[in-house]
Amino acid sequence: MTEERSAVVVRDVRKSYGELKAVDGVSFTVAEGEFFGILGPNGAGKTTTLEIIEGLREPDGGEVRLLGESPWPRNVKLLPRIGVQLQASSFFDKLTAKEQLQTFGSLYGVNSTRADEMLELVGLTDKANEQENKLSGGQRQRLSIACALMHDPDIVFLDEPTAALDPQARRNLWDVLRAIQKRGKTIVYTTHYLDEAEILCDRVAIMDNGRILALDPPAVLVRGLDAPTHVTLQKGVLSVVDATALEGVEEAHEDEVSLTISTRRPAPVLSALAERGALDGLQVRTATLEDVFLNLTGREYRA
Amino acid sequence: MTAFKTLSLAMFKGFIRDKVTLFFTFLFPLMFLIIFGLILRDVGADKTKIAVVGDGPVVSALRDSGVLELEPYNDADAAVRKVKDGDLPAALIVRGQQLDVRFAQSDQVKSATVLGIINGFVDKANLAATGQPPRFTFAAEKVEDASLKPIQYLTPGILSWGIAVSAVFGSALTLVSWRRKQVLRRIRLAPVSATSVLSSRLLVSAGVALVQGGVFVGVASLPVFGLKLSGQWWLAIPLLMLGTIAFFALGMLVGAFAKTEEAASAAANIVVLPMAFLSGTFFPVDQAPAWLQTVSKIFPLRHMNDGMLDVLVRGKGIEALAVPAAILTGFALVVGFLASRVFKWEE
Repeated sequence: MTEERSAVVVRDVRKSYGELKAVDGVSFTVAEGEFFGILGPNGAGKTTTLEIIEGLREPDGGEVRLLGESPWPRNVKLLPRIGVQLQASSFFDKLTAKEQLQTFGSLYGVNSTRADEMLELVGLTDKANEQENKLSGGQRQRLSIACALMHDPDIVFLDEPTAALDPQARRNLWDVLRAIQKRGKTIVYTTHYLDEAEILCDRVAIMDNGRILALDPPAVLVRGLDAPTHVTLQKGVLSVVDATALEGVEEAHEDEVSLTISTRRPAPVLSALAERGALDGLQVRTATLEDVFLNLTGREYRA
Repeated sequence: MTAFKTLSLAMFKGFIRDKVTLFFTFLFPLMFLIIFGLILRDVGADKTKIAVVGDGPVVSALRDSGVLELEPYNDADAAVRKVKDGDLPAALIVRGQQLDVRFAQSDQVKSATVLGIINGFVDKANLAATGQPPRFTFAAEKVEDASLKPIQYLTPGILSWGIAVSAVFGSALTLVSWRRKQVLRRIRLAPVSATSVLSSRLLVSAGVALVQGGVFVGVASLPVFGLKLSGQWWLAIPLLMLGTIAFFALGMLVGAFAKTEEAASAAANIVVLPMAFLSGTFFPVDQAPAWLQTVSKIFPLRHMNDGMLDVLVRGKGIEALAVPAAILTGFALVVGFLASRVFKWEE
């Protein structure tokens, strides 16, 4: 990946607030068309990093290039090429969904007919004439993403778009985000949901205390962890002793409802279980980004 | 459409859809206009009332003239008691050809007026009794002294106040709400200048001020209030615009310091209310003590009031705008400059 083809280049960016090092030497590049996730608990420095890239804050040190240009100080040439959805839902007072889109579009000199297309993209066509404050949390998030897309930017920055949404609304939003990526946009987004990042992102950067701890595609991060796979069975189909005796099993234990087997070689374990007809209630859980986080920081992930 | 036009339209829509703002912009000042207009309508028309016992040609002439209000009593003692108690300034007791007046000493001005009036009617009756034509004739006619009728100073005062309130609140609340909701940040990320955003909001305020002017003057001109505009009333329009700009700038300054809408609204009230009272919104400053008149000159609203009064009801020409316009422009420049220095995009 050469830097000329990169949508975002961040080199050793630093930002302190007094004693607090909010961003402490962060570097990464995002390719054009990539879905890039910045992941970490609250206070990890995700939002500050994003704000520096967007050109809202000046870094204390380091360099940022967006499509080959510096976003700081306010770079008017660059602004039409980036779309930013903010953490709070920022809308004009008392305007309908469609009017919000038209108004935001007008800031970029965009024809207001595009509003209908955007409403359709985020599935709000039937809410076009509803005032923004009458929409649900998920609908507002989708509307604010649509507002960020009105001027057809090349790079879209989304700051925790799925925070505080119910599971159904989150899934609806995932569909929207995938549709945006299909349009060839580069997406940089922050989240504190590890499961979501695993599903959506091409690559994720795991941040904690202002630093990037790991940066890779989610599958690579998980595989590199060398964490055991957990196979769970209904209690009673197999005894703990029998389970421990199976080839490849590292450890087995039982609680009131189930038997859990840990293994790094799930293939022979599963075939042995199949031979014995002991597949009742079978569940296989492989390591997730949460395990990666635990491994990197030595503490349980708490969003 | 250009950003300026769409933004103005967006803010105009936001304005007319907000019932609370509409209330405080139009109905609230109008309530003051109506209440004060009705309460003060008959001020100055109050006639002196005296007690009367008996009847005769002099009494009927007095009654027909309507100069004094006559309260009839059957009993002279009762009438005199009214004077003694201080309820009435004088009692006129008629016994055939004899007219006695008993008057209170406390209010010598009023008593003298009453005595003079009654004396005049007695003389007239005497003259009529002689059958001689009068050698000197005397005629008196009422003059409508326009600028002294309450509605004439209430309307310009309440109009200036209403415009100041909506411009200060409009800009302060918009600024604070946009900063809190990060709309400002969103605007900063768009290739649009702060000036066009600001001026579109100012355009909405100016439009609102014009409508306020039309509505307030329209209501005050209803026969029940009886406002009479003087010749060059349209000179109020440039004054209205300058006032809007000056108070819009003041709102930007308030909005730069306030963190929440509640704080902005409290701060705006603290700035606007005392200014309104001391600038002659509800009573003419000319009647206030001299020191208060001096103090009131530091307020831009006082000068806007003066200008409004001059061009709306005193029939003065464009020269009356010079001082108010200079002061409002200066105020707008200074406060606008300060506001731009302390302006914050984010909390």
